[in-house]
Amino acid sequence: MAESPMLPKMVGQRVKRREDPRLIQGQGTYVDDLKIVGMEHVAFARSDIAHGRIKSVDTSVAEAMDGVTAVFTGAQIAEFVKPVPIITPFPSPDHRAVVVDTVRYVGEPVAVVVATNRYIAKDAADAITVDYEMLPAVVDTEKAMTGQPAQLHKDFENNLSVALLPSGTGVSPDGQTVDDTALDQAFADAEVVVSQRMVNHRLAPSAMEPRGTVAHYEPGHNKMTIWSSNQAPHLLRGAIASMFGMGEDQVRAIAPEVGGGFGAKVQAYAEDYVVAGLSKKLGIALKWTEDRSEAFLATTHGRGIIGYIDIAATNTGKVLGMKLRLIADIGAYNTLFTAAIPTFTTLMANATYDIPAIRTTITEVFTNKTPTDAYRGAGRPEATYFVERGLDMLARKLAMDPAEVRRRNFIQPNQFPYTTQMGAVYDSGDYAAALDLALQNAGWDKLKAERDQAQAEGRLVGIGLSMYVEVCGLGPSAVLPTGGWEHSQVTIERDGRINATTGASPHGQGNETTFGQMLADQFGVPLDHITIHHGDTAIAKQGIGTFGSRSQAVGGAALHLAGGKVRKKMAKFAAALLEAHEDDLVFENGRISVKGAPDSGKSFEEVAAYAYVPVPLPEGLEPGLSEEAFFEPSNNTYPFGCHIALIEIDRDTGEPTLRRLIAVDDAGNLINPLIVEGQIHGGLAQGVGQAMIEEVQYGDDGQPLTSTFMDYAIPRAADLPRFELDNTVTPTPVNPLGAKGVGEAGTLGSTPCVVSAAVDALSQFGVTHIDMMLRPEKLWQIINGGQS
Amino acid sequence: MIPSNFDYQRAQSVDDALTKLAASGGTGKVIAGGHSLVPMMKLRLHEPTTLIDIARIGELSGIREQDGLIEIGANTVHHDVATSSLLRNNCPIIAETAGMIGDPQVRNRGTLGGSLAHADPAADYPAALLALDAQIQLQGPSGTREVAATDFFQGLFTVDLADNEIITAVRFTPVQVAAYAKLYQRASRFAIVGVAAALVINQGSMLRKPTIRSSRIGLTGAASHALRLTSVEEAVAGQAATAEAMAQAAQGAGAKIDDINADLHASEAYRRAMIQVFTTRALQGALARLPA
Ligand SMILES: Cc1cc2nc3c(=O)[nH]c(=O)nc-3n(C[C@H](O)[C@H](O)[C@H](O)COP(=O)(O)OP(=O)(O)OC[C@H]3O[C@@H](n4cnc5c(N)ncnc54)[C@H](O)[C@@H]3O)c2cc1C
Repeated sequence: MAESPMLPKMVGQRVKRREDPRLIQGQGTYVDDLKIVGMEHVAFARSDIAHGRIKSVDTSVAEAMDGVTAVFTGAQIAEFVKPVPIITPFPSPDHRAVVVDTVRYVGEPVAVVVATNRYIAKDAADAITVDYEMLPAVVDTEKAMTGQPAQLHKDFENNLSVALLPSGTGVSPDGQTVDDTALDQAFADAEVVVSQRMVNHRLAPSAMEPRGTVAHYEPGHNKMTIWSSNQAPHLLRGAIASMFGMGEDQVRAIAPEVGGGFGAKVQAYAEDYVVAGLSKKLGIALKWTEDRSEAFLATTHGRGIIGYIDIAATNTGKVLGMKLRLIADIGAYNTLFTAAIPTFTTLMANATYDIPAIRTTITEVFTNKTPTDAYRGAGRPEATYFVERGLDMLARKLAMDPAEVRRRNFIQPNQFPYTTQMGAVYDSGDYAAALDLALQNAGWDKLKAERDQAQAEGRLVGIGLSMYVEVCGLGPSAVLPTGGWEHSQVTIERDGRINATTGASPHGQGNETTFGQMLADQFGVPLDHITIHHGDTAIAKQGIGTFGSRSQAVGGAALHLAGGKVRKKMAKFAAALLEAHEDDLVFENGRISVKGAPDSGKSFEEVAAYAYVPVPLPEGLEPGLSEEAFFEPSNNTYPFGCHIALIEIDRDTGEPTLRRLIAVDDAGNLINPLIVEGQIHGGLAQGVGQAMIEEVQYGDDGQPLTSTFMDYAIPRAADLPRFELDNTVTPTPVNPLGAKGVGEAGTLGSTPCVVSAAVDALSQFGVTHIDMMLRPEKLWQIINGGQS
Repeated sequence: MIPSNFDYQRAQSVDDALTKLAASGGTGKVIAGGHSLVPMMKLRLHEPTTLIDIARIGELSGIREQDGLIEIGANTVHHDVATSSLLRNNCPIIAETAGMIGDPQVRNRGTLGGSLAHADPAADYPAALLALDAQIQLQGPSGTREVAATDFFQGLFTVDLADNEIITAVRFTPVQVAAYAKLYQRASRFAIVGVAAALVINQGSMLRKPTIRSSRIGLTGAASHALRLTSVEEAVAGQAATAEAMAQAAQGAGAKIDDINADLHASEAYRRAMIQVFTTRALQGALARLPA
């Protein structure tokens, strides 16, 4: 047919993101862009001390200011906002949205102002004064474990939220009995043991768009609409409904354009609850927009885990056993996932290796700092860092090639599905293939020779290598307390255009493009005839959200199933029109026709129109073309890869420069390699950022020292080399797409390989480990004979 | 992160700006690129009640050469200094310095006058202006005056500039054999230590190798304000124009400064060590500009 152009297959193509033109031209609508008639503005007065008991709060000046509608103290807020809920099965202290008696970190809300504009609200919040009885600030995590210098929460002695929670070899599933026989034997048999304390320091997620919330309660309908810069609007809907005694039919949550989340925007925050609660109480629409200074203090931090690792091995580099003791500095409160993050670290302690005996323990400690929660990788980068740095130390001690040590311990392709000592069931993998490709792309032997040559010339050049495996595509409902499925609805409209929804709530992942590509292929129609809707619970009826690298693997699978259902139904309509058998039909180039006879067919639009005015209605069919599907994966996915870094350190100044970063990633089947590369680029940048320049720091008094971008460095393009990417493809059997997930991968291997490269460059000065970040001064001290 | 209330006025000329400044009765401030002032206002470290915008006063912009002197208008943005062919050809150090400030956004908006008036202890320009022995032109209600860079930078965020004056331009004799070297603070890109060195060379002959006749060396980032490294200037004088001699002369650079900054990014000891490193680099960088 002349008017039916040949449509290329879309899946697997490097299609440019459909989202980008609007985003880069300033045409996106973010929470702060919303305006509602009569809307007023909320500002929070926040604690400027780390720890103290509130003696009194003086709101009189604020209340008297022109334009101030109302001021609320913590006690007043507590009358209608219950403590902030969490989702993990660990004991948790009372966490008030606004402090009632004791402040526990700088930035914690102490009072709330509602005013007619944002400027007045901010001024009024500044005019609120709080009189505190100062308490000692708990800053040092390991000191905090002895209850020193103070205890944060009444029922949590020694500031312990979780104490020495064991898992691994010989631990019963309920964690109650621990049998150390195998582990002790491994260490008894060891010819070599490496032991190291490592700090995987705190990071500030630093999304380009800080958080923001608009709540609009309509008393006439008894309905609440909440817009929030959030990764999981369906969870937000449930959280708001249950907080205020409403039904999920009475709350609509919308995540409009979201300018980055990185895990820190999964949860409903204190501010979401307060803004919603106040909207309900006052009966007006309210807006709160977090400013950058607030974001550094009030949005959860990531990482913050100290690891003590011991590796027992033979002289040939075979690992016999491993101990990993984690101490997590979780900050002042448990928030949504806080307590669970270190459990992802222990879950992944096997890494890519067949290790016969592993013991991990988790201790989580309250400190007077911003709470920690998920941040890109959420527990898995920490596992990768500890284990890969540990193996690097082992290789160095045995004077073995770091690649060779890994190779000798890999889980082999024929061992999958592989149940680890930690209880994870790795779905599929070929770790040697990823390693080999990375070594080849790096020119490993040549690279080593170049390093040796450079070092002989007095230059401080080093190389580092890291494998990684991560748990993604979360997951079966058994492992995710929110439910582990995703949902999608696909509708062919009467004009043949396609509306599809996804419960995954992308915020930078490009699913409008990848999901569009999938449907374009499934229906043989042009990509621009398809619109993917997300982020609004009234439109995408069900969903969990985008986190844990799950949107493609789980959300994409749900879309695929829903699309399949509609396609089947549409084929029946077409079969009736064409007097053919539905199984003989192909959807191609905008037409549905009998296989091998394209001219015999009908256009996609004709069939769609027929389905909505079905005269005659084929027997057994209902009118219309709209189907939905839930997809529950049978397991998580376990993407993996290998990253290699080349670093040079300036001998005079200690400044490190990353010269090369070679990455091979295996995320299973790729829907859009261009988008995958973008995800990896971002992840690598953040992983390198942690290794080299990013660190949240606090003073001894609990004052944050890095709460502006003048002091908290995040990587710029110019800080990074041109990434050398490649991939292997090992599909997963746990979803119909074979896709594993890739959002977080870049942050896993990059951090340890960069640090290992720095250790390699400086090993001539006797160091075997350097704690991140790679501050020039720290490296300069090592070069000049000081300790790291 | 929201400034307190202020009025905004746009000045049409230098005289207009001075009139408006006087009328504000000491509570007004001029704004040029806004890249130092606006952050200070957001943090409420400055709360001017009136902002007088001088950014569009044409007479304050531009780079000119006259009678062997180069003049850069106070409103000239860093990017224009960095990319000026007049400067790159005749006085590369100043273009080089401007090109190392912040990032493209900052360089496209931030101005020379704003940088000098603000006098951040870690700003880059002051070091270069000390090395060039620049004269800073000021205009106030009672006329114009000229202050040598050496006298201009007086203390932490403190310069020889009255509330009712504005900087109109900077003037200096171009120097070829001069260079700027900087240790970047990795978050802000300001200087942890920045050293600018300008050399006057005794040309060599068949019998004599070239030597350094004299030098001026400006240091920024290390102390409360930019200052001259006079002891290194003395040590350099008479030395052979070689990289080794420069490294030798830089030994102990800054040792006599007693109020060295220390912060999150660099301790006092590290900064001290870096003064020597970057003094060496600046001196060697200057020598590298010696015409062959
Ligand atoms: C992210 C960032 C990074 C930066 N990095 C660097 C860096 O690496 N190195 C560096 O040197 N600087 C850096 N800066 C500062 C930058 O160079 C500023 O632009 C400059 O310091 C101020 O120039 P301005 O025109 O923006 O001045 P404004 O912010 O407009 O004004 C600054 C001050 O100068 C006064 N003022 C302005 N013009 C005049 C005038 N003509 N006469 C009298 N007073 C005047 C104002 O009243 C105000 O007090 C950085 C700034 C930012 C935001």
